[in-house]
Amino acid sequence: MYGSLWRHLPGPVWVRVGILVVVAAAVVAVCFLWVFPEIAPLIPFNDITVD
Amino acid sequence: MTVGQDAERLAPAHRRSAEPGAPAHRASSVIAAVVGLVGELLITLGVLLGLFVVWQLWWTDVAANRQQTEVVADLGWAVSPDRPAPSPEPSAPEPVHRTDPAPVMAEPAHATTFATLHVPRWGADYLRPISQGTTRRDVLDVLGLGHYEGTAMPGAIGNFAVAGHRTTYGKPLNRIEELVVGDPLVVQTEQAWYVYRVTETLTVGPRQVEVILPVPSQPEVAPTQAVMTLTTCHPMYSAGQRYIVHAVLDYWMPTADGVPPEITGGA
Repeated sequence: MYGSLWRHLPGPVWVRVGILVVVAAAVVAVCFLWVFPEIAPLIPFNDITVD
Repeated sequence: MTVGQDAERLAPAHRRSAEPGAPAHRASSVIAAVVGLVGELLITLGVLLGLFVVWQLWWTDVAANRQQTEVVADLGWAVSPDRPAPSPEPSAPEPVHRTDPAPVMAEPAHATTFATLHVPRWGADYLRPISQGTTRRDVLDVLGLGHYEGTAMPGAIGNFAVAGHRTTYGKPLNRIEELVVGDPLVVQTEQAWYVYRVTETLTVGPRQVEVILPVPSQPEVAPTQAVMTLTTCHPMYSAGQRYIVHAVLDYWMPTADGVPPEITGGA
Protein backbone atom coordinates (compact mmCIF):
# COMPACT_ATOMS: atom_id res chain seq x y z
CA MET A 1 0.00 0.00 0.00
CA TYR A 2 2.55 2.59 1.11
CA GLY A 3 5.13 1.09 -1.27
CA SER A 4 2.90 1.63 -4.29
CA LEU A 5 1.90 5.08 -2.99
CA TRP A 6 5.61 6.00 -2.91
CA ARG A 7 6.15 4.66 -6.44
CA HIS A 8 3.19 6.60 -7.82
CA LEU A 9 4.25 9.95 -6.36
CA PRO A 10 5.92 12.24 -8.91
CA GLY A 11 9.22 14.04 -8.60
CA PRO A 12 12.48 13.53 -6.76
CA VAL A 13 12.69 12.18 -3.22
CA TRP A 14 12.45 15.56 -1.47
CA VAL A 15 9.26 16.43 -3.39
CA ARG A 16 7.70 13.09 -2.48
CA VAL A 17 8.63 13.55 1.19
CA GLY A 18 7.15 17.07 1.09
CA ILE A 19 3.88 15.79 -0.40
CA LEU A 20 3.64 13.07 2.25
CA VAL A 21 4.27 15.55 5.09
CA VAL A 22 1.48 17.81 3.80
CA VAL A 23 -0.89 14.84 3.43
CA ALA A 24 -0.08 13.62 6.96
CA ALA A 25 -0.72 17.10 8.40
CA ALA A 26 -4.06 17.22 6.57
CA VAL A 27 -5.06 13.79 7.94
CA VAL A 28 -4.20 14.90 11.51
CA ALA A 29 -6.18 18.13 11.07
CA VAL A 30 -9.26 16.36 9.71
CA CYS A 31 -9.13 13.84 12.57
CA PHE A 32 -8.67 16.49 15.29
CA LEU A 33 -11.29 18.90 14.00
CA TRP A 34 -14.06 16.63 12.71
CA VAL A 35 -13.58 12.89 13.09
CA PHE A 36 -12.52 12.62 16.76
CA PRO A 37 -15.12 15.10 18.11
CA GLU A 38 -17.80 13.02 16.38
CA ILE A 39 -16.73 9.63 17.74
CA ALA A 40 -15.64 10.72 21.24
CA PRO A 41 -19.19 10.88 22.71
CA LEU A 42 -19.69 7.26 21.57
CA ILE A 43 -16.84 6.11 23.80
CA PRO A 44 -18.30 5.94 27.29
CA PHE A 45 -15.23 6.70 29.40
CA ASN A 46 -16.10 10.36 29.80
CA ASP A 47 -19.75 10.40 30.88
CA ILE A 48 -20.37 12.99 33.55
CA THR A 49 -24.12 13.34 33.84
CA VAL A 50 -26.68 11.32 35.72
CA ASP A 51 -29.45 10.18 33.39
CA MET B 1 23.32 -10.17 -0.34
CA THR B 2 24.73 -13.65 -0.59
CA VAL B 3 21.27 -15.07 -0.18
CA GLY B 4 20.07 -12.96 -3.13
CA GLN B 5 22.98 -14.06 -5.30
CA ASP B 6 22.36 -17.68 -4.38
CA ALA B 7 18.72 -17.27 -5.26
CA GLU B 8 19.62 -15.76 -8.63
CA ARG B 9 22.03 -18.58 -9.36
CA LEU B 10 19.44 -21.14 -8.38
CA ALA B 11 16.55 -19.42 -10.04
CA PRO B 12 16.75 -20.79 -13.64
CA ALA B 13 16.95 -24.38 -12.51
CA HIS B 14 14.26 -23.75 -9.96
CA ARG B 15 11.99 -22.16 -12.51
CA ARG B 16 12.45 -24.99 -14.97
CA SER B 17 11.68 -27.66 -12.44
CA ALA B 18 8.79 -25.68 -10.98
CA GLU B 19 7.01 -25.20 -14.30
CA PRO B 20 3.97 -27.37 -13.45
CA GLY B 21 3.68 -25.81 -9.97
CA ALA B 22 3.57 -22.17 -11.19
CA PRO B 23 -0.02 -21.40 -10.01
CA ALA B 24 0.98 -22.41 -6.47
CA HIS B 25 3.91 -20.02 -6.64
CA ARG B 26 1.60 -17.22 -7.78
CA ALA B 27 -0.85 -18.01 -4.97
CA SER B 28 1.84 -17.71 -2.33
CA SER B 29 2.89 -14.30 -3.65
CA VAL B 30 -0.74 -13.17 -3.53
CA ILE B 31 -0.95 -14.29 0.08
CA ALA B 32 2.24 -12.38 0.84
CA ALA B 33 0.76 -9.25 -0.74
CA VAL B 34 -2.47 -9.60 1.25
CA VAL B 35 -0.58 -10.15 4.51
CA GLY B 36 1.54 -7.10 3.76
CA LEU B 37 -1.54 -4.99 3.08
CA VAL B 38 -3.28 -6.14 6.27
CA GLY B 39 -0.11 -5.37 8.21
CA GLU B 40 0.07 -1.86 6.81
CA LEU B 41 -3.62 -1.28 7.59
CA LEU B 42 -3.10 -2.45 11.18
CA ILE B 43 -0.09 -0.14 11.60
CA THR B 44 -2.21 2.73 10.22
CA LEU B 45 -5.02 1.90 12.66
CA GLY B 46 -2.51 1.87 15.54
CA VAL B 47 -1.17 5.28 14.57
CA LEU B 48 -4.75 6.67 14.34
CA LEU B 49 -5.61 5.27 17.79
CA GLY B 50 -2.47 6.90 19.18
CA LEU B 51 -3.54 10.17 17.57
CA PHE B 52 -6.96 9.84 19.17
CA VAL B 53 -5.37 9.52 22.62
CA VAL B 54 -3.22 12.60 21.99
CA TRP B 55 -6.32 14.49 20.84
CA GLN B 56 -8.41 13.38 23.84
CA LEU B 57 -5.84 13.95 26.56
CA TRP B 58 -4.13 17.07 25.22
CA TRP B 59 -5.92 18.84 22.40
CA THR B 60 -9.41 18.86 23.95
CA ASP B 61 -7.97 20.78 26.94
CA VAL B 62 -6.22 23.29 24.68
CA ALA B 63 -9.31 23.90 22.55
CA ALA B 64 -11.86 23.97 25.40
CA ASN B 65 -9.80 26.24 27.67
CA ARG B 66 -9.40 28.71 24.84
CA GLN B 67 -13.11 28.62 24.01
CA GLN B 68 -14.30 28.90 27.61
CA THR B 69 -12.04 31.89 28.35
CA GLU B 70 -13.46 33.55 25.26
CA VAL B 71 -17.06 32.75 26.26
CA VAL B 72 -16.57 34.34 29.69
CA ALA B 73 -14.99 37.44 28.15
CA ASP B 74 -17.81 37.73 25.61
CA LEU B 75 -20.44 37.84 28.38
CA GLY B 76 -19.36 41.39 29.08
CA TRP B 77 -20.62 41.42 32.67
CA ALA B 78 -18.62 38.55 34.16
CA VAL B 79 -16.20 39.52 36.92
CA SER B 80 -12.84 37.83 36.29
CA PRO B 81 -9.21 38.30 37.36
CA ASP B 82 -8.66 40.19 34.09
CA ARG B 83 -11.80 42.25 34.51
CA PRO B 84 -12.31 43.02 38.20
CA ALA B 85 -15.47 44.71 39.34
CA PRO B 86 -15.19 48.50 39.71
CA SER B 87 -14.34 49.27 43.31
CA PRO B 88 -17.38 50.70 45.12
CA GLU B 89 -17.58 54.32 46.19
CA PRO B 90 -15.92 54.88 49.57
CA SER B 91 -19.21 56.25 50.84
CA ALA B 92 -21.15 53.22 49.59
CA PRO B 93 -22.73 51.12 52.32
CA GLU B 94 -21.27 47.67 53.04
CA PRO B 95 -22.90 45.15 50.71
CA VAL B 96 -25.72 43.37 52.41
CA HIS B 97 -25.77 39.59 52.31
CA ARG B 98 -29.37 39.02 51.49
CA THR B 99 -31.29 35.92 52.43
CA ASP B 100 -34.73 37.02 51.26
CA PRO B 101 -36.06 35.31 48.10
CA ALA B 102 -33.44 35.82 45.39
CA PRO B 103 -34.15 37.10 41.87
CA VAL B 104 -34.38 34.12 39.52
CA MET B 105 -33.84 34.31 35.77
CA ALA B 106 -35.87 32.20 33.33
CA GLU B 107 -34.17 29.21 31.72
CA PRO B 108 -32.41 30.43 28.57
CA ALA B 109 -32.27 28.68 25.20
CA HIS B 110 -30.18 25.53 24.83
CA ALA B 111 -26.41 26.12 24.76
CA THR B 112 -26.76 29.72 25.97
CA THR B 113 -24.20 30.78 28.57
CA PHE B 114 -26.00 32.52 31.44
CA ALA B 115 -23.74 32.36 34.50
CA THR B 116 -20.20 31.87 35.74
CA LEU B 117 -18.81 29.81 38.58
CA HIS B 118 -16.01 30.86 40.92
CA VAL B 119 -14.63 28.31 43.39
CA PRO B 120 -12.09 29.90 45.76
CA ARG B 121 -10.91 26.44 46.87
CA TRP B 122 -9.62 25.90 43.32
CA GLY B 123 -7.72 29.19 43.21
CA ALA B 124 -8.58 32.87 42.83
CA ASP B 125 -8.29 32.54 39.07
CA TYR B 126 -10.79 29.67 38.77
CA LEU B 127 -13.63 30.90 36.59
CA ARG B 128 -15.84 28.87 34.25
CA PRO B 129 -18.98 29.63 32.23
CA ILE B 130 -22.23 27.78 32.93
CA SER B 131 -24.45 27.13 29.90
CA GLN B 132 -27.89 25.66 29.37
CA GLY B 133 -28.10 21.92 28.66
CA THR B 134 -26.03 18.80 29.29
CA THR B 135 -25.46 17.45 25.78
CA ARG B 136 -21.87 16.58 25.01
CA ARG B 137 -21.18 17.99 21.55
CA ASP B 138 -22.60 21.49 21.85
CA VAL B 139 -22.38 22.21 25.59
CA LEU B 140 -20.17 20.08 27.83
CA ASP B 141 -17.36 19.44 25.32
CA VAL B 142 -17.07 23.05 24.22
CA LEU B 143 -18.71 25.46 26.69
CA GLY B 144 -17.68 23.74 29.93
CA LEU B 145 -20.25 23.47 32.71
CA GLY B 146 -23.83 22.56 31.71
CA HIS B 147 -27.09 23.21 33.56
CA TYR B 148 -29.48 20.24 33.65
CA GLU B 149 -32.52 21.43 31.73
CA GLY B 150 -35.63 21.61 33.89
CA THR B 151 -33.77 21.92 37.20
CA ALA B 152 -33.87 25.16 39.19
CA MET B 153 -31.99 28.26 38.05
CA PRO B 154 -29.46 29.97 40.37
CA GLY B 155 -31.04 31.23 43.57
CA ALA B 156 -34.36 29.47 42.98
CA ILE B 157 -35.98 27.18 45.53
CA GLY B 158 -35.10 23.71 44.25
CA ASN B 159 -31.92 22.18 42.88
CA PHE B 160 -29.60 24.11 40.56
CA ALA B 161 -27.84 21.08 39.02
CA VAL B 162 -24.68 21.43 36.94
CA ALA B 163 -22.51 18.86 35.16
CA GLY B 164 -18.90 19.26 34.05
CA HIS B 165 -15.93 17.26 32.80
CA ARG B 166 -13.39 16.17 35.39
CA THR B 167 -10.76 15.17 32.83
CA THR B 168 -10.22 16.48 29.29
CA TYR B 169 -12.22 19.27 27.53
CA GLY B 170 -10.75 21.89 29.86
CA LYS B 171 -11.62 19.73 32.94
CA PRO B 172 -13.73 22.36 34.78
CA LEU B 173 -14.41 20.01 37.72
CA ASN B 174 -10.95 18.40 37.84
CA ARG B 175 -10.33 19.17 41.53
CA ILE B 176 -13.83 18.33 42.79
CA GLU B 177 -12.49 15.90 45.38
CA GLU B 178 -10.70 18.76 47.18
CA LEU B 179 -14.01 20.41 48.12
CA VAL B 180 -14.94 20.12 51.79
CA VAL B 181 -18.14 20.96 53.65
CA GLY B 182 -18.50 24.73 54.03
CA ASP B 183 -16.55 25.69 50.89
CA PRO B 184 -18.23 28.47 48.91
CA LEU B 185 -19.39 27.96 45.31
CA VAL B 186 -19.97 31.44 43.92
CA VAL B 187 -22.32 31.79 40.94
CA GLN B 188 -22.64 35.08 39.06
CA THR B 189 -25.43 35.95 36.65
CA GLU B 190 -25.89 39.30 34.98
CA GLN B 191 -28.16 40.43 37.85
CA ALA B 192 -26.83 38.82 41.01
CA TRP B 193 -24.25 36.85 42.93
CA TYR B 194 -25.37 33.61 44.58
CA VAL B 195 -23.06 32.14 47.21
CA TYR B 196 -23.68 28.47 47.93
CA ARG B 197 -21.83 26.44 50.57
CA VAL B 198 -20.95 22.78 50.20
CA THR B 199 -23.03 20.56 52.47
CA GLU B 200 -22.18 17.06 51.26
CA THR B 201 -19.99 15.10 48.82
CA LEU B 202 -20.83 11.57 47.69
CA THR B 203 -20.36 9.06 44.90
CA VAL B 204 -23.33 7.42 43.21
CA GLY B 205 -24.11 5.20 40.24
CA PRO B 206 -24.56 6.79 36.81
CA ARG B 207 -28.34 6.15 36.86
CA GLN B 208 -29.05 7.69 40.28
CA VAL B 209 -30.89 10.73 38.96
CA GLU B 210 -32.35 11.39 42.40
CA VAL B 211 -29.27 13.53 43.21
CA ILE B 212 -30.63 16.25 40.91
CA LEU B 213 -34.20 16.16 42.29
CA PRO B 214 -35.50 19.45 43.75
CA VAL B 215 -34.78 17.96 47.19
CA PRO B 216 -31.79 15.70 46.47
CA SER B 217 -32.49 12.00 46.99
CA GLN B 218 -36.00 12.68 48.33
CA PRO B 219 -38.59 12.13 45.61
CA GLU B 220 -41.99 13.75 45.99
CA VAL B 221 -40.86 16.16 48.69
CA ALA B 222 -41.60 19.82 48.00
CA PRO B 223 -38.40 21.91 48.14
CA THR B 224 -38.05 24.71 50.67
CA GLN B 225 -34.35 25.47 50.13
CA ALA B 226 -32.23 26.67 47.22
CA VAL B 227 -29.58 23.99 46.71
CA MET B 228 -26.93 23.44 44.07
CA THR B 229 -25.51 20.14 42.80
CA LEU B 230 -22.35 19.42 40.81
CA THR B 231 -22.02 16.09 38.96
CA THR B 232 -18.91 14.71 37.27
CA CYS B 233 -17.30 11.38 36.49
CA HIS B 234 -15.72 9.13 39.10
CA PRO B 235 -13.13 7.69 39.29
CA MET B 236 -11.15 9.87 36.89
CA TYR B 237 -11.04 8.56 33.31
CA SER B 238 -13.96 6.25 34.07
CA ALA B 239 -17.69 6.27 33.61
CA GLY B 240 -18.25 3.75 36.41
CA GLN B 241 -19.65 6.20 38.95
CA ARG B 242 -20.50 9.87 39.45
CA TYR B 243 -18.98 12.25 41.99
CA ILE B 244 -21.65 14.50 43.48
CA VAL B 245 -21.35 17.71 45.48
CA HIS B 246 -24.41 19.26 47.13
CA ALA B 247 -24.42 22.85 48.38
CA VAL B 248 -27.04 25.15 49.88
CA LEU B 249 -27.60 28.85 49.19
CA ASP B 250 -25.97 30.95 51.90
CA TYR B 251 -26.88 34.42 50.61
CA TRP B 252 -27.22 36.46 47.44
CA MET B 253 -26.47 40.05 46.50
CA PRO B 254 -27.11 42.21 43.43
CA THR B 255 -24.06 42.55 41.18
CA ALA B 256 -24.48 46.32 41.45
CA ASP B 257 -23.61 46.10 45.16
CA GLY B 258 -20.06 44.83 44.58
CA VAL B 259 -18.37 41.45 44.79
CA PRO B 260 -18.84 38.77 47.47
CA PRO B 261 -15.93 38.75 49.93
CA GLU B 262 -15.47 35.03 49.18
CA ILE B 263 -13.85 35.77 45.83
CA THR B 264 -11.96 38.93 46.76
CA GLY B 265 -10.09 37.06 49.47
CA GLY B 266 -11.95 38.96 52.18
CA ALA B 267 -13.42 35.83 53.73
